[in-house]
Amino acid sequence: MGKIKIERVTKVFGKNTSQALKLVKQEKSKEQILKETNATVGVYEASLTIEEGEIFVIMGLSGSGKSTLIRLLNRLIQPTSGDIYIDNQNITNLNKKSLQIVRREKMSMVFQNFALFPQRTILQNAEYGLEIRGIPKEERRLKAEKALQNAGLLSYKDQYPDQLSGGMQQRVGLARALANDTEIILMDEAFSALDPLIRKEMQDELLELQANLQKTIVFITHDLNEALRIGDRIAIMKDGKIIQVGTGEEILTNPANEYVRSFLEDVDRSKVLTAENAMIRPMTIQIDHEGPKVALQRMKEDKVSVLLAVDKARKYLGYITANDALNLAKSGEKSLKSILRNDMPIVEPSTVIQEILSVISDSPTPVAVVEEGKLRGVLIRGVVLESLASEKNGGVDNE
Amino acid sequence: MSKLLNLATPIPVAENVEKLMDIVTDTFSSQFRFIQNNGADLMDFVTSTLTSIPPYVFMLIVAVLAFFATGKKFGLAIFSILGLLFILNQGLWDQLMNTFTLVMFSSLIAIIIGIPLGILMSKSKVVEEILKPILDFMQTMPGFVYLIPAVAFFGIGVVPGVFASVIFALPPTVRFTNLGIRQVPKHLIEAADSYGSTFTQKLLKVELPLSKATIMAGINQTVLLSLSMVVIASMIGAPGLGREVLSALQRAQIGNGFVAGISLVIFAIIVDRLTQSLNKDKSNGGK
Repeated sequence: MGKIKIERVTKVFGKNTSQALKLVKQEKSKEQILKETNATVGVYEASLTIEEGEIFVIMGLSGSGKSTLIRLLNRLIQPTSGDIYIDNQNITNLNKKSLQIVRREKMSMVFQNFALFPQRTILQNAEYGLEIRGIPKEERRLKAEKALQNAGLLSYKDQYPDQLSGGMQQRVGLARALANDTEIILMDEAFSALDPLIRKEMQDELLELQANLQKTIVFITHDLNEALRIGDRIAIMKDGKIIQVGTGEEILTNPANEYVRSFLEDVDRSKVLTAENAMIRPMTIQIDHEGPKVALQRMKEDKVSVLLAVDKARKYLGYITANDALNLAKSGEKSLKSILRNDMPIVEPSTVIQEILSVISDSPTPVAVVEEGKLRGVLIRGVVLESLASEKNGGVDNE
Repeated sequence: MSKLLNLATPIPVAENVEKLMDIVTDTFSSQFRFIQNNGADLMDFVTSTLTSIPPYVFMLIVAVLAFFATGKKFGLAIFSILGLLFILNQGLWDQLMNTFTLVMFSSLIAIIIGIPLGILMSKSKVVEEILKPILDFMQTMPGFVYLIPAVAFFGIGVVPGVFASVIFALPPTVRFTNLGIRQVPKHLIEAADSYGSTFTQKLLKVELPLSKATIMAGINQTVLLSLSMVVIASMIGAPGLGREVLSALQRAQIGNGFVAGISLVIFAIIVDRLTQSLNKDKSNGGK
């Protein structure tokens, strides 16, 4: 199904499109096609399905075809081959009139350089989409004012765009899209022109907005941190091809190839690494059946001084230390229950490492990763810090 | 040898052009006559209306216009009053009104034809390729030459004068309209398109407002060119200050020529500054 679906879409720029297209079908490389036909392949046989209500991020470096791809979705750029479906309607060959209707009713776009009309006031800019659709004056003014109010810009409504800062201008750009109240919003590097602080603020606002509105948002960026922050799913593009699609998690932990991996190098992993990614298999002791001797034997084998205690169903109970186990063994007692300790910190698998770094480094014991009562793994200070450090110095070797 | 000799005999370009002109004149003679008669009547009416306005009232209107158009400054307003007083003093007021009518009509017609042509040119590469050399041709051809078809079509008088002026003054408006629309930033066009604007909506809400300053510069050029055609048009009987210059030239009256020339310059300066400040005023308002 999918809100937006594209199937084997190719865009060739240049004169020799039909010949270049033949080479695309023969799976020749972009450079080779350029050499042979002098035509540039912008998007290369791209297929995607974007679900309703998700923020779908398309990311890639400049020249990777991501801006071309988003313009194919509303046909600001005409595809050379392939099919594009919006709500299961094939828009690839719509005539001018029908295409205008789709653009008016289905999607709004936010641009990198804001693209506000300089001769129109903020209010008139926010009204633009509604004005084009022929909505009566009063109604469109109310809607536009509401959108501006949500963006906190209502008091600026009679100003002109160049009287506002970049961040405010982009809020107007977003308000213009939201006033139009379409289900799909296309955002082309919408925050790339803003300085880092404002950018983060806008990302938060977008997430907050999305929580309330549940739009289908297609977001283009070249910044992986941004992609990971806001994307429900991310597609990575290179040379017009889509290389990998997945959640931030999936891409981080399992990069499809060297190119994707090289992207990840400059990501601050602590922000996105979760307990689940950093944990290791825990050394456990089954407290119902096993006694102090088994415990001591296992500690010796694995060179650890702590064992995590679980029951038959791997339910987390606590931990035992080597000293306690030794004393217990000397006293001849068989049950470990008396020496069970309970002061080990517990975290959920989805917890972001960044948030629990202090817990990990302050705790004298490892940290248990527990999901619904069951032990999933354990975080050990050395291993966590090592994985963070190695990622910062280029995680390629580590993987 | 015989081929070389053939080359030496002139190709009958002049004869053919003449034949073509004859055909056009004959075919459309009734239309031309209609335009000539009605056009002359209309312009006579406008001129007589203008001359019926007392000169001092006229000056006051111009001064007030100049005062507000230049952003409430007195410079142009004072210059206009002094300049117009001089022209009145020299007994050239009626001539001035004739010139005013001529310039007004030829500019208006040039703008009415020029802006749509410019829009067409900006939208279509083919039209641009066709129009560009024609505009070049129109601008490099000496203004005098346009008098010949003007006389052939309309005889003599004010109507052929307007006709020649329109042809002479048309190119800047077309060129600047084309340029202005092509200069509208691409991302704004994309924004307009992405919200589903129709051709007309895009033109009226985005392209024309954003190219207004450039188009106004073109219109300013057109007005000044049609003004410069006034003297030349007087050779085929167009009335106005140009006729004074011409008769001074024919009788070698240096003094009279100078006075009429200065009057034209005064009028040109007022018109130029007025149209320019109208332009500035509007583009500032749009920001």
